[in-house]
Amino acid sequence: MAICALVSRKAMRSVLRSGGTVTVGSGLNQIRTLQTFSLPDLQYDYGALEPAISGEIMKIHHQKHHQTYITNYNKSLEQLDEAIRKGDSAKVVGLQSAIKFNGGGHINHSIFWRNLAPTSEGGGEPPKGGLGWAIDTDIGSFESLIQKMSSEGAALQGSGWVWLALDKESKKVGVETTPNQDPLVTKGLHLVPLLGIDVWEHAYYLQYKNVRPDYLKNIWNVINWKYANDVYERETA
Amino acid sequence: MVLSAAALSSTTSATSSFRDGRISTLFRQNPKATRCRARFTAQLELKAPPYSLDALEPYMSRETLEYHWGKHHRGYVDNLNRQIAGTDLDELPLEEIVLRSYNKGNPLPAFNSAAQIWNHDFFWSSMKPGGGGKPSGLLLQLIERDFGSVDRLLHEFKQAALTQFGSGWAWLAYKANTLDVGNAINPRPSDTDHKLVIQKSSNAINPLVWDYHPLIVVDVWEHAYYVDYENRRADFVSTFIDNLISWDTASTRLDEAIAAIAAKGAKEAERRREEEGYETEEEDNTIMMYLDSENESEVE
Repeated sequence: MAICALVSRKAMRSVLRSGGTVTVGSGLNQIRTLQTFSLPDLQYDYGALEPAISGEIMKIHHQKHHQTYITNYNKSLEQLDEAIRKGDSAKVVGLQSAIKFNGGGHINHSIFWRNLAPTSEGGGEPPKGGLGWAIDTDIGSFESLIQKMSSEGAALQGSGWVWLALDKESKKVGVETTPNQDPLVTKGLHLVPLLGIDVWEHAYYLQYKNVRPDYLKNIWNVINWKYANDVYERETA
Repeated sequence: MVLSAAALSSTTSATSSFRDGRISTLFRQNPKATRCRARFTAQLELKAPPYSLDALEPYMSRETLEYHWGKHHRGYVDNLNRQIAGTDLDELPLEEIVLRSYNKGNPLPAFNSAAQIWNHDFFWSSMKPGGGGKPSGLLLQLIERDFGSVDRLLHEFKQAALTQFGSGWAWLAYKANTLDVGNAINPRPSDTDHKLVIQKSSNAINPLVWDYHPLIVVDVWEHAYYVDYENRRADFVSTFIDNLISWDTASTRLDEAIAAIAAKGAKEAERRREEEGYETEEEDNTIMMYLDSENESEVE
């Protein structure tokens, strides 16, 4: 009861101060908390994906790169929240690229860790179930999917991701690429990522140097097709 | 690959028509070539940095140079030679290939290779052993005029390098600011228009395509710093500024840019004078018509 009274008093004060342009809801906004994000744990040890991906890379990739995206994403969201509350449109629009980059980095890497699994836990085992059928139907064969994703990943200039995507509307799967940290939705709001492979140099450089094709050849040994299949079946249910 | 006399005199009809087709294609693309000089590729060569591969240690390791120059940079050279062999980009100077393959913002496949070769050549000479320090002379004057201070310039340069999301480059460049874009001419060109600018670019893009004159570049593709700095791009860029940057090279390039702009300006002025020459003749005709009327009235 007391809290409700407090809220409405705050709301009234802000309405009076702003000359009526702020709605009653602003009182609630002032006590709203912003969701912040934190680094998700890996479901395996850093060294568990060797020899496909070295433990050294996994540790830096997770603890440094992904963490930095999260830290900067949280910072950008705080600044965005403040800019929205103040009605600072220039700031709101100006923050979009930092949000897309850092938020995208968080989204993409969160998916990536789930896309990988040690061979001892099923990493590399081809998909059974719905996804297996979809790949055969929509792409032709498992082998040609691998070949397509590897060659598109190798050909991607600069930094980016190569995806196995599910189109929720057509229920078909296909291969897409996105530049930098753009999440898959930037290629289509109806696209769901089943599998993403990071082809930024940080994902492979310490081990493979400039030979990205070798990284793309070996990573298939640790791809967690079970996760991809779970997402596929959930989204097509 | 050189066409031999024996090949040219082949008697098999199918083969000779095939070869004839090839020969005529060759001559169309390369009309000055004689039979003996006819060849399919002009081999661009990988230029070495102006110092040994370990000369930038401990700030940039020998290992980094071995991969960055020996694999990445070399790879671009090999790729470009393959891509332009037998095309009309073949045998052009590298800068010309960069500009043409940029294709006004719709780049051809060769652009990535050509621009990256150019960018890496430029990067090696943007650094020197015992680099760092401060700029001097005309460059220092312009920095203080356009940025307020060297510290301010370096702060903005570092910011550009750190906010280039993804792969790319951060540049210090000199802008001629002539506004000469075909249908627009700077109405009041003056010396203060010439400006130093910081510009970041993604992937292979470089300031040549904007008709700027680059002075210094830092490579912020991850391969440029990952072996020595891992994810710490900020540390790499700070070290570049403090210990690697070659202000001598920047000053030399500034002098060259100013000279090139002056030469281009002189040519432009000459071209405009010639155009005005034609306009004056037409005006004379107009005046003469009026005079004729006056004369007629005088006669009357």
